[in-house]
Amino acid sequence: MKGFGRYMIFLGSLVVRRESLGTYYKLVLEECILVGVKSLFLFALVSTFIGAVTTVQTAYNLVSPLVPNYIISNVVREMTILELAPTIMALIFAGKVGSSMSGNLGTMRITEQIDALEVMGINATSYLVLPKIIASILMYPMLVIFSGACALGGGYLVGTLTGIISPTDYIYGLRYAFNEYTVTFALTKALVFGFLISSISCFKGYYTKGGAFEVGVASTEAVTTSVMAVLIADYLLAQLLL
Amino acid sequence: MIEIQNISKSFEDKQIIHNISGIFEKGKTNLIIGASGTGKSVLLKSIVGLIQPDTGTVFYDGRNFTDADKEMKAEIRREIGMLFQGGALFDSKSVEQNVMFPLNILTKMSPTEKIDRVNFCLKRVGLENVNNKMPSEISGGMKKRVGIARAIVNNPNYLFCDEPNSGLDPQTSILIDELIKEITDDFEITTIVVTHDMNSVMGIGEKILFLFQGQKLWEGSKEEIMYSGVEELDNFVFTNKVMQSLKKK
Ligand SMILES: Nc1ncnc2c1ncn2[C@@H]1O[C@H](COP(=O)(O)OP(=O)(O)OP(=O)(O)O)[C@@H](O)[C@H]1O
Ligand SMILES: [Mg+2]
Repeated sequence: MKGFGRYMIFLGSLVVRRESLGTYYKLVLEECILVGVKSLFLFALVSTFIGAVTTVQTAYNLVSPLVPNYIISNVVREMTILELAPTIMALIFAGKVGSSMSGNLGTMRITEQIDALEVMGINATSYLVLPKIIASILMYPMLVIFSGACALGGGYLVGTLTGIISPTDYIYGLRYAFNEYTVTFALTKALVFGFLISSISCFKGYYTKGGAFEVGVASTEAVTTSVMAVLIADYLLAQLLL
Repeated sequence: MIEIQNISKSFEDKQIIHNISGIFEKGKTNLIIGASGTGKSVLLKSIVGLIQPDTGTVFYDGRNFTDADKEMKAEIRREIGMLFQGGALFDSKSVEQNVMFPLNILTKMSPTEKIDRVNFCLKRVGLENVNNKMPSEISGGMKKRVGIARAIVNNPNYLFCDEPNSGLDPQTSILIDELIKEITDDFEITTIVVTHDMNSVMGIGEKILFLFQGQKLWEGSKEEIMYSGVEELDNFVFTNKVMQSLKKK
């Protein structure tokens, strides 16, 4: 509970005493590259495989002459948009981006780089942390869209290549009974998760004390805590918005 | 000149700094000495404002820094350069970008002016042709020098050094000490150096403040330090054999 209070104070300190907008523009851009572009490969890999495996397993579970084949891709679509792309990918995002943010800030803290910024009169919280959070909020939804596409693509490839489902059925299933609101819901989740993961990881890293060992502990905690936050938020959002 | 009055600081319920007052003079290398863990770094950080002291006031040339408003604080901060114990170079930036960083943040110089100034400062600390190296590619002594170059790049009036020669060999230590002394003399700045190295004390200690368990027990110059008559200080000064033999004379 005390930790939560400090987290709120930390968030408050982000928005006071900012540097010029030009400075932020450059920093946010750099972070976007780190957070977004450099995650593309991992996201593509993981989501393509998950999409492929989901297709195979759904098909395996639906062997009934009463169920038309296009239901397979229909199920894959729903699962991808509602849960796989925004939530499962958030766990990957926490592992990759969250831990690196926390490790980065933790190292800067214990090697006094953050003090060096403060001495120069820079508000280190907003200078270092704000760009990371903004970049995550901007990039994570895009990554979610990207992984959604990869997952559906992976499903298509495996489904058609192995002959589980014909290309026409697959496409028909994707478009069958489509509710746009699921996409809105997924992107809302993505925004919230992007914010939660980046802010929690930065918070954990920023207040690291001690040495290299503690930097490692902080990174681990950053991932654990953000994963828990994501799961709780996932549940709450589903209750609220669906 | 920097003046501190009645600085105290506790962490949780443990008091680290006990009511310290003192004056650090302009154009001199002022030393804060004492054994490990006596609160030297905490005192230094309280003076530059990285730690908010519980009580007490810090004056920079008569300007009250502790109770200053935002603008005043920013103005004084612009005049401060600080060298950290481990160098504290930004490890995602090259040597040149590190030294240039304060100029980018604090001044409106043109790019060529900045480059010239950076090269001047790097040359001043005896480093050339390392502009594009990353901090991980240079030695500890070089990091300290880059740290000094970054601390002096914006022409500070006040220079703070936390253990500038910890982790360096004796020869390099002397070079760094002399560099700090020269810079202090050349630019007429107020320099405060935290150290527990007796070589530094005897080399550059123009004004010395001795801390013991968070209290100021003695102040004076390097000429007077041998005859202080303060037991704790004698224990600190005469730890090594050479110094002990000096005392007997
Ligand atoms: N942020 C902090 N929170 C709690 N205790 C602290 C903090 N910073 C320092 N201390 C405590 O204050 C005491 C003095 O620490 P300080 O770093 O000032 O010692 P020092 O004199 O600089 O020693 P050294 O020569 O080893 O650097 C230590 O006991 C340390 O544990
Ligand atoms: Mg120290």
